Amino acid sequence: MEAPAEIRVVRCGGSRITFRKAVFTLDSKFLLCPSGDAIKVFSSSTEECVHVLQGHANLVTGIVLNPSNHLQVYSCSLDGTVKLWDFTDGILIKTYVVGPSIFSIHVSKKHDGVVFLVVPMASNKSQEVYQLVALHLPRSPGQEVEAKEMSAVICDISPLPRAISFGREGEYIASAKGVQLSVYFFRKQKEYRFSLKATDKKGAKNSFPCVSCHPEDDCIATGHADGKIRLWRNFNQKKEYTYSTEQWHHSAVAALTFSPQGTKLLSGGTESVLVQWHYGAVTKKDFLPRLGSAIEHISVSPDGALYCTSHRDNKVIVIQSSLKVSAIIQGLVTGDDVQTELLIDPRTKALVLNGKPGHLQFYSLHRDKQLYNLDIVQQEYIHESGLRQYGVMQAAFDSDGAWLATVEERAEEDGGVDVSLKLWAFSDAAHSFQLNTTIYMPHEGHICSMCFRDGGETTTLVTTGRDGHFKAWVLAEDTDTQGISSHWSCEFVGDYHLLTPSACCFSADGSLLAVSFREVVTVWRPGTWELLATFSQPPGDIRDLCFGRLGCSKFLLGTTTEGVLCCWNLLTCSVEWSTALDVILLQSDPLSDNMAAFSAAAGSTDLFVFKPSEPRPLYSQKAVSSGVVRRAVFAPHQEALQSCEESAQWLNRSRLYFLSDNMDLMTFSIKSEEDRILASSKQLVVDDSVALTPFCLLLGKHRQAQRNEQDPLCEQVAARTQLPQRSTAVRELLHTPAHVLPPASHLCTMFVNSLLVSKPGVRGAQESEEEDMESEKEEEMGESEEEMESRDAAGRPAIQNEAADGTASLSKGQERELRQIRKADFSWVSAALDC
Amino acid sequence: MGEFKVHRVRFFDYMPSGIRCMAFNQRTERLALARLDGTVEIFNFSDRYFQEKVIPGNDARSVEAICWVANRLFTTGLNGEITEYDLENLCPKYSVDAFGGPIWTVACNALGTHLAVGCEDGSVKLFEVLPEKIRFEKNLDRQKGRILSLSWHPSGTRIVAGSLDVINIFDVQSGHMMQRMLVDRGTVNSRTRECVVWSVFFLSDFTIISGDSSGKVQIWDSHTGTLNKAHLVSKWDVLALSLSQDESSLLAGTSEGTVVQFQFLSPTLGASEKEWVRTRTFKHHTHDVRAVAEIGTAVVSGGVDTQLVVRPLLDKVDVKSYDTGLRKIQFPHRPLVSCAAKAGLLLFQFPVQLELWRLGEGEGPGRPGHSLIVTRKPEKLLQLKRKGEDHICCSAISPCGSWVVYSTVSSIRLHRLQYDGSNISIAKVPRLPKVLRSAHQLCFSADSSRLFVASSRSTVHVIALSQSECKYLHTFKSCSGSTEPMHLLVASADGRWLAAANRACEVHVYNVRSRKPHCIVPLYGSCPTAMAIHPSTNNLLMVHADQLIFEYSIEEKQYTDWSRRVQKEGLHRLWLERDTPVTGVTFNPSNASQFLLHDTYMFCIVDQRLPLPDQKAQLYNQLTLKSLSEQDRKSYSHAFKFCKKYQPLLCVSVLEDQSVVVVERPLLDIATQLPAPVRQKKFAT
Repeated sequence: MEAPAEIRVVRCGGSRITFRKAVFTLDSKFLLCPSGDAIKVFSSSTEECVHVLQGHANLVTGIVLNPSNHLQVYSCSLDGTVKLWDFTDGILIKTYVVGPSIFSIHVSKKHDGVVFLVVPMASNKSQEVYQLVALHLPRSPGQEVEAKEMSAVICDISPLPRAISFGREGEYIASAKGVQLSVYFFRKQKEYRFSLKATDKKGAKNSFPCVSCHPEDDCIATGHADGKIRLWRNFNQKKEYTYSTEQWHHSAVAALTFSPQGTKLLSGGTESVLVQWHYGAVTKKDFLPRLGSAIEHISVSPDGALYCTSHRDNKVIVIQSSLKVSAIIQGLVTGDDVQTELLIDPRTKALVLNGKPGHLQFYSLHRDKQLYNLDIVQQEYIHESGLRQYGVMQAAFDSDGAWLATVEERAEEDGGVDVSLKLWAFSDAAHSFQLNTTIYMPHEGHICSMCFRDGGETTTLVTTGRDGHFKAWVLAEDTDTQGISSHWSCEFVGDYHLLTPSACCFSADGSLLAVSFREVVTVWRPGTWELLATFSQPPGDIRDLCFGRLGCSKFLLGTTTEGVLCCWNLLTCSVEWSTALDVILLQSDPLSDNMAAFSAAAGSTDLFVFKPSEPRPLYSQKAVSSGVVRRAVFAPHQEALQSCEESAQWLNRSRLYFLSDNMDLMTFSIKSEEDRILASSKQLVVDDSVALTPFCLLLGKHRQAQRNEQDPLCEQVAARTQLPQRSTAVRELLHTPAHVLPPASHLCTMFVNSLLVSKPGVRGAQESEEEDMESEKEEEMGESEEEMESRDAAGRPAIQNEAADGTASLSKGQERELRQIRKADFSWVSAALDC
Repeated sequence: MGEFKVHRVRFFDYMPSGIRCMAFNQRTERLALARLDGTVEIFNFSDRYFQEKVIPGNDARSVEAICWVANRLFTTGLNGEITEYDLENLCPKYSVDAFGGPIWTVACNALGTHLAVGCEDGSVKLFEVLPEKIRFEKNLDRQKGRILSLSWHPSGTRIVAGSLDVINIFDVQSGHMMQRMLVDRGTVNSRTRECVVWSVFFLSDFTIISGDSSGKVQIWDSHTGTLNKAHLVSKWDVLALSLSQDESSLLAGTSEGTVVQFQFLSPTLGASEKEWVRTRTFKHHTHDVRAVAEIGTAVVSGGVDTQLVVRPLLDKVDVKSYDTGLRKIQFPHRPLVSCAAKAGLLLFQFPVQLELWRLGEGEGPGRPGHSLIVTRKPEKLLQLKRKGEDHICCSAISPCGSWVVYSTVSSIRLHRLQYDGSNISIAKVPRLPKVLRSAHQLCFSADSSRLFVASSRSTVHVIALSQSECKYLHTFKSCSGSTEPMHLLVASADGRWLAAANRACEVHVYNVRSRKPHCIVPLYGSCPTAMAIHPSTNNLLMVHADQLIFEYSIEEKQYTDWSRRVQKEGLHRLWLERDTPVTGVTFNPSNASQFLLHDTYMFCIVDQRLPLPDQKAQLYNQLTLKSLSEQDRKSYSHAFKFCKKYQPLLCVSVLEDQSVVVVERPLLDIATQLPAPVRQKKFAT
């Protein structure tokens, strides 16, 4: 564990799983999604992430199934490599080093041993011109192979994968760029280009962002920026080509796919409606509306039974071909802009930020999974650009997570704003936040900041507004006809020389409130609301205020717009120290006295971690991220780390997360911790929840229903502990040939037992019974067990390691014993891990 | 360019009639089009879609179907008669009653020997086409339900007939029914409503294509009588189908105003197996598309919204030219307004009546581009209903305003008008000379003492008018022997010359005083659309359908120098590609070298002294000229000056007081008078 603790910035989970099309495996059991530098393998029925294929050094820009082996997948990345993976076991098979950044990958069954890649044209890199090249994969045995045998196919194409599609049996490839469609016939080696007018008379845009070829007929469908879908035919002629036009979408068609049988055409766009067109009878179409967010990609399983839509809010929806949603895989929603601060929910330790429009999302950092969305605005969001709709601008939790305050805003046409402050109480019964008080227009105009008072006897919320006041809100009890109820009401309105307040902050114990008015910091005593002291540090207005914590609680830190970081000593009421540093973000660690300051410098952001009491920063790193870091938060570790390295000690208690300029959630990790996570993740996969037994399917549905009703986290933990045990019994039942099964009366008890909710006490008996069963059937079960073992492949390495530590070869009896132990133990292990 | 006082006339309530059906004659490239009021028009598609002939309608005759047999034109209508037209005299030649009630459809076989008509009583009747007449041959098996559409198999052995809910196939030889195919009523409209097969086509590979009132285009196999494929095209009716000559493309016109194209394509490239695939959709109409024609290089469609749309198929043309533009033909290519220049009166010609209006007067200093204060409002003096059932085919008012004449297919009526500023009296001239039976064009001489009547067989009668009597003077016979109808007739201001143009593109000049034919202007391939004789120089100015301008000196019997210069230098490309033909020529009385031309969307003043624009010059250059200094202006200016302020124009003429009368008919006014279109769901409504 005490390996060199090297700190590095890593993309932590929550990266976009909808960056590129998700890919179904041939049996539709798994869904492969590129996610940042990795590829995630999801079970398409249980939504569980089964594997994470890690190995690329940069963004993964495309994945395709290997046409000659459907258990393998090719992926390409901006790091200039193509990797071949075995996704069932999560093993990297081969790496082809190509060189230039690869933007998308395409394969066709007809072209064996060739992958088609979109790479920038070598000649002019500055102009961002791309070409499609055919890469002949060398057949050398090595792990890492240089692949340089490339031949250009089409020049000047769009880098997006949706603008390229293979035609019938790989005879031709169609690609769209701007208002031009080019079709390249491989056999004739001839390219036809068809272009539309840039704009038609009505001002609609004709450019086509996406293209899809019919798998059997020679028909190319293109989706256009004005919402039209054109079906092109006869395109092997320069002139007598023809197309038909259909329109349902009112804005651009973002995704367009033919089903593998060619009977359906699927399209989607900002309307968040999946449209299923019937090929051959285009006037007939089916809709699946209200998918929540704009559709960016659509993919279809090879048997055409499942569709999968990727949405802008980082969500992948698996849809049955009867247009019923069967699974939703939700990642961290990072829209174009996150308005709220990054917050940590004190109860669940989940990261809280803007999610869907008008919602707050609760995102488990630990499990890289969205827990739930809290609807703040409680109004239907209309998917149309240019509309003024309510958005959640601010949110704050009190220290124990009992109260949540949110601010929502809507810009009015006359330049004003519509603001309401909502206070939500956590209800233990409902296991969720429930609206307690809505305060309409708490301030005249925007609310600049707000914070809860952490300590103290009463919960107090302070808001500062653009109208020059700060207001303190307290929970007041009032009795009405229904009985006693408590609501929030304003207790105090403060101002200071009619200056506009900006930041506000309570000290850790809640005894002091600091509010900044332009360049002046005022310190108030909550409760009596008397002004205790003022500090000022001209020039420049105060941007951020922060009290020191724990041992440094006598310090107040402030940053100014003129690039000064200032530390006041509250006991002496004087400036302790100040330094010229343009801090754009100041964040304090609630579990230690450390502070993190992000400062912008020349297009990138530097990080300094320091203690207010010490002059020297604990840790500093230049250019942690290119662009400006807008939000950051310290999230507590589940268990404290023991890192002795001095520069890494600040990460022992909490972990620092930040959102980079392009909305990636980044964090700092130490090597030792990474190793630990890697190990634990391996163990996590042991749970064989993806084996697609009918019962497991049933469970999946059951669990989904439960999750909708109740708090997802607790429920999931419970469900997961149950799962393996049940499935073992049932699987044995189902996999054993009928003629060798014991009498039905015997089986019945076993089956019923397996359905019972296991309690620790009962479990022992149950296990012994199971063991009996197994010994009885030992001889007959040879084959099915082997099968089982291969399915348990993920669990295998651990056992093999054990085996390697002990004797080199085990006797059959020992092996069986080991396996039984493993089977029995899974539930315990995973339960323990999740607790 | 001079300054004019302009009378902007917008009270001509001209309302074109909706298009009912049309037929294209591939050999002569003529499109015959029948309107809802029974008017039949013939457009020459080889001559810039010029409206060549108009056969006025009749109240008693409606046209439901139209059909070319070689160069003969037949129509059928709800009066139960088959009518053949005399295309030289522009009148019906004869009618034959089919004795089967209203006739909904007519079709001719590929050889042109037989006509089949579909009647209200459910019978399909065959007529043999003989020279100069048709003769009933036989009835095919009568079925229940009216026959609404018919099509012959190209071999001439089968006929398919579309009826209510059913399509029948007949054997021509035996007259028996061979197949009966039931048409699905569809779910769009209620199932209780019968499905009307509005149009049907028999292809040479024995495929049948039908379009019906439930919005389907269906493809049937006639051998087995089974449905191969149904394309739902519209929520409402598919009213018309049209098949291209090579049977590779099909058009369907719908009630929603769309025209849908189907093409016979192979689903996989290079394969020989083909199927009908829906491809393009054209939407140029707001109302029902009642008639479509696929003419190889273009899609022609027309309907209740009265306009004829020619949409070229760009995949069939090689170079960008006049033919590659979208054409909308809304107004007739002949003047419907005549203007009494001396009296300031306007005569509007409607199908069933004439209206006489006095122009208003305005006062005030007036600056260019501003409107004057109207001191006297325009006034409708007279409404003259035509006698009989025939529609008016032409009319004229004498320049002095005291004679009004109009003609129908059967008679000419001359009226004497007395108007003293407040009282108006009208008297029909009782006994017209016997020679005046009908007229194709009417014209008064400049001093109102002569009436020229262009009559059948390219003859022009000259009538002398006086207070007491009207006397037949002379008949000019066509010296070329052409029998085509005259469509333009102009007299010179000094009363010496008369020029007449006929549909064979000939322009004859007669000497009125010596009563002799003077000369024939050298024949040019395109039909003249407007002409006038210059008041002082007696040069004949002609504008043809292809927009070329000729000036012919009558006295010298040769083209003038200016005309030769125009031919040598050529006209500007944009001028040659103008949308509508020039329908009026007038001269600027204050400047002898200027003349005015107008088409539907502009009028322009051409100055013969200025240089012609070369191909690179900017044709519409008024705005550019305005921004230039005086010196530069000279070098940039050219002969053409355009005014597009008044649109769409039906008439431009110059009054004696040098003010200009422009008669506009805003398209919006026409659109508001149309019946309501079928209800369509519009997005976000």
